[in-house]
Amino acid sequence: MIGFIVRRLMSSALVVVLTSMFVFALFFLGPSDPARPLCDLNGRCTPERLAVLTEAMGFDEPVTEQYAIWAKGLVSDRTVDMGAKYDCDAPCLGISYGSREEVSTELKDKYPATISLAIGGAILYLVIGVTLGTLAAKVRGTLADRGLVTVSLVISSIPYYVVALLAWIYLSLEWGIFPDTSYHALTDGIGPWAYGLLLPWLVLGLTNSTSYARFSRGQMVETLGEDYIRTATAKGLKNNRVIFKHGLRAAIVPVITIFGLDFAYLLVGTVFTEQIFDIDGIGRWGIRALRAPVDFPVVAATVLVGAIIIVIANLLVDILYSVIDPRVRLT
Amino acid sequence: MTETQAQPHTNLRGTGADNKGDTLLEVIDLKKHFPVKSSGIIRRTVAHVQAVDGVSFAVPRGGSLGLVGESGCGKSTTGRLITRLYDPTAGRMMFEGQDIAALSRRQMLPLRSEIQMIFQDPYSSLNPRHTVGTIVGTPLRVHKVVPDDKVLDRVRELLEVVGLNPEHYNRYPNEFSGGQRQRIGIARALALQPKLLVADEPVSALDVSIQAQVVNLLQDVQREFNIAFLFIAHDLAVVRHFCPEVAVMYLGKIVEIADRETLYSRPHHPYTQALLSAVPDVKQAAIGGRRERIPLEGDVPSPVNPPSGCRFRTRCWMAQDICAKQVPPLLQIGPRHKVACHFAGERGSTGAVPVTLDVLGCNSHGDPVPGATRAADLETPGYSPDFDDLETHRRKSAELADR
Amino acid sequence: MTSESFLGTSGSHPAPQQAGPGAVPTAEDPFLVVDHLSVRFPTHDGLVQAVSDLSYTVRRGQTLGIVGESGSGKSVSSMAVLSLHNPKSTRLEGSITVGGQEVVGADDATMRKLRGKEVAMIFQDPLTALHPFYTVGQQITEAYRIHADVSKSTAKKRAIEMLDRVGIPQARSRVDDYPHQFSGGMRQRAMIAMSLVNDPKLLIADEPTTALDVTVQAQILDLLQDLQREFNSAIIIITHDLGVIAEMADDVLVMYAGRAVETGPTKLLLTAPEMPYTWGLLSSVPDVAADTDARLIPIPGNPPSLLNPPSGCPFNPRCVYKPKVPGELCVTTLPELLPAKVGRDHRRRCHLPDPHETYRLEVLPEIAPELAGQELAGQELAGQEKVGP
Repeated sequence: MIGFIVRRLMSSALVVVLTSMFVFALFFLGPSDPARPLCDLNGRCTPERLAVLTEAMGFDEPVTEQYAIWAKGLVSDRTVDMGAKYDCDAPCLGISYGSREEVSTELKDKYPATISLAIGGAILYLVIGVTLGTLAAKVRGTLADRGLVTVSLVISSIPYYVVALLAWIYLSLEWGIFPDTSYHALTDGIGPWAYGLLLPWLVLGLTNSTSYARFSRGQMVETLGEDYIRTATAKGLKNNRVIFKHGLRAAIVPVITIFGLDFAYLLVGTVFTEQIFDIDGIGRWGIRALRAPVDFPVVAATVLVGAIIIVIANLLVDILYSVIDPRVRLT
Repeated sequence: MTETQAQPHTNLRGTGADNKGDTLLEVIDLKKHFPVKSSGIIRRTVAHVQAVDGVSFAVPRGGSLGLVGESGCGKSTTGRLITRLYDPTAGRMMFEGQDIAALSRRQMLPLRSEIQMIFQDPYSSLNPRHTVGTIVGTPLRVHKVVPDDKVLDRVRELLEVVGLNPEHYNRYPNEFSGGQRQRIGIARALALQPKLLVADEPVSALDVSIQAQVVNLLQDVQREFNIAFLFIAHDLAVVRHFCPEVAVMYLGKIVEIADRETLYSRPHHPYTQALLSAVPDVKQAAIGGRRERIPLEGDVPSPVNPPSGCRFRTRCWMAQDICAKQVPPLLQIGPRHKVACHFAGERGSTGAVPVTLDVLGCNSHGDPVPGATRAADLETPGYSPDFDDLETHRRKSAELADR
Repeated sequence: MTSESFLGTSGSHPAPQQAGPGAVPTAEDPFLVVDHLSVRFPTHDGLVQAVSDLSYTVRRGQTLGIVGESGSGKSVSSMAVLSLHNPKSTRLEGSITVGGQEVVGADDATMRKLRGKEVAMIFQDPLTALHPFYTVGQQITEAYRIHADVSKSTAKKRAIEMLDRVGIPQARSRVDDYPHQFSGGMRQRAMIAMSLVNDPKLLIADEPTTALDVTVQAQILDLLQDLQREFNSAIIIITHDLGVIAEMADDVLVMYAGRAVETGPTKLLLTAPEMPYTWGLLSSVPDVAADTDARLIPIPGNPPSLLNPPSGCPFNPRCVYKPKVPGELCVTTLPELLPAKVGRDHRRRCHLPDPHETYRLEVLPEIAPELAGQELAGQELAGQEKVGP
């Protein structure tokens, strides 16, 4: 088990490093001049200014060297020269072109909102999806079952941002059911924190739950055909206990696998959600940074954080797997 | 549709000269060890599953050898080694004088048509999206046995040979019953006119009444085309019916090999005796009482860490010191009878002195006797015309017993 | 032992004696009475007639073997005893009483009291029949605590006791193992321990040894016989293997296409069968004790579709003795389950004028020439109670 985790952490680190290299490569080997965005920021960008910036930022150095400097900043303090000099404490992810703040400081500000949103939404759609799917499997073939499948298909076929936008316009603005949809730090108290996130959670949770409902329904129907389910019934167990104790435990395993694979999708969902509900999180921050002029240090930081989250989520899923299924030994 | 008895065609290949005397396949000291990986940070191979650990046997041209044993004994692995679905760890497999164990995949290619396989499960071994014509015709096309425009004719012929309606070539496997599917598998295996068919549990997934149809078909096919069979099955009755010669495997080794009459009526290895005694016998029970059953305690040991010496000793009622120290050689004790047991003999007539001491050159505790030599060629396939019978071995061994 | 058994009768015969309403069941009364049972499954393609008009009884201490091939209805009929089919997609007709309690149409609460308590089941493949995610101990404990109001620790003690009883070494530590840590034989022992934890009066074993090796099969069959002697339970053993039947069963029920085609005491039925399908089963299995290059005599054709079963005798499309029956009787009329020529409680469904003679003179010389000349053991056994046609 420990051997497995160590091995996985090592391969995870490799994935994160490769991702950051890839982003670097895209940015610096791409067609546009990397100094251009910074140059564009303040007034007219003259060729002289561009040359000065290129020199100061070290953009004329080989990409590998720039990457090495960037990567070294993760473990030690460095000074960033963007015309003016900025101190950047380790872990240094660079200085934002836009705000001239340390990216790591901004990141510390933004991530709680995103994490709250993602985890809350994920719990909501897992619970709702699996519960509905299990209930549908229990009554499979009935009108309720077919109704659920149909509604789920309809919701899945509407793009997520349309649902989110409509929810925001009507539920928040027009009808005022959820007047406040913004992030309040947990330190302000659980009440405001949860209240502000309620509508985003619901939108994220409900729309994503539909595919989980259908998937867990399918898994459950399959599981209910297994021999050990018949054994459980033949013991004299109540139907609900057969389904929820014997059936669900087996049916949930593939659902968790899908959940791990879907995690990237969930992060995309939070980007939209933050954008639409005006939540100050990593997603919105990253999207802003992508607008011209591109704020490269912020983009690199969001991609890095995204990769780390996905890698950790998958590791957790694998560990969860071995907890649920005793046959899985993490070796 | 009613399945009819196969009416084998004669025009596929001549009935073949009756050359049963010579050997088609000789397997010598064949081994297959599967690695077991460690769970540490660096995954090393820490052990081996000794699935097949030194088996030797011969299959005569046009003859059949049965391979029986319980799950995990290595019989299926042996079949897969011979068809080179697995690569052997060690040993030789002489097919018509050529060692196919040493051939690369590319070199093996032309020989694939000579050695074909029939699988157990007629449901999963046929691609459900291919028609029967494609399934049976593919080997013909791949090996370019017949021109492309003649493939269909040949497929029809083959379907007829195995007792299917030749006009059903454009149907899919799911339109056939289990027995019919197994016939399709047989037709596919026959397409290339193989010299050796490895049949791995060919009837055990079928209903009783269908089993007999398929067994009869296999017998017809064998006689008609002079195909040699390695018939792997756990059903001792079916194997006895099909194979004049039978080998019994236990935990990766052959413990006894003999003509069927000897093996089934006068087994000399305790495991063979126990195995046979466990088979329920309808006729015996019907006319009163069952045969004496020899109960075997416990389970087969793990092939990762098999017992030292004789692998059966942990469950054997006759085991002595020597059984833990010396691996019993597969000793020829009759014109067509070999057995690997230090105390070989019919039940109730075994002696106190091991019978293997003369070839092993050791005393009855399994310790080497100074001056005595160990026989060299203990892993030869097939039978030798000159051999010592059990009494001779016993007498010669007695001289070494107390030294 | 066999002379007192009550085997099934067809419609035109008096139903086996039943524990009527209010009657106090005695030890002699059959514990399980299946009476004119039909099981049908509506499907997209039509109605699958899995079991048709099946009647049989089982007493405590008796072992009934049900033999047949896949699709013969042997498993379906026994699952019906515990109402294990999905009620929405199954049509049950007739009656099944377990210890006097009617099962057909009974509500779920009633069935739950029977399941695992009065009637327990063991299945073919213990690897799939045990839940992979729970320890063997947890599963046995759960089965016990459904029907016994005891603490977890008491139940666990009981589980260890049961594992020990079925011959699992070091039961105290193995109780916390998962099924995949057991060998095949051990798993089936654990399954048996679980099914017997509540001292059921009837044990239904559905192909209990088919997935097992022959030496392990011998161990399990011996264990079942020991346990039956100890607990005096009734056993129904469902199998396709006549060898298992021969070793285990007091009485046999041969099923074909959802119907009983021959029933009777085991020895009689195996030595003097009077139904061509039973002959076919006997002739198509090679004999482990005989050295022969002779061809097996298979049953031609395939089992019939239950969507559209043959008219008349269900076996008629595969029966080679059909020409011996005058007219088109085999195709037009379903033969009744009539008393056979040899033996009390021996019944068969066949139109042949004298199936016993046909067997003796035509079938036996082919499948067991060594027995053909001799007087049949079955006849000797049944001699004193020979029933004429």
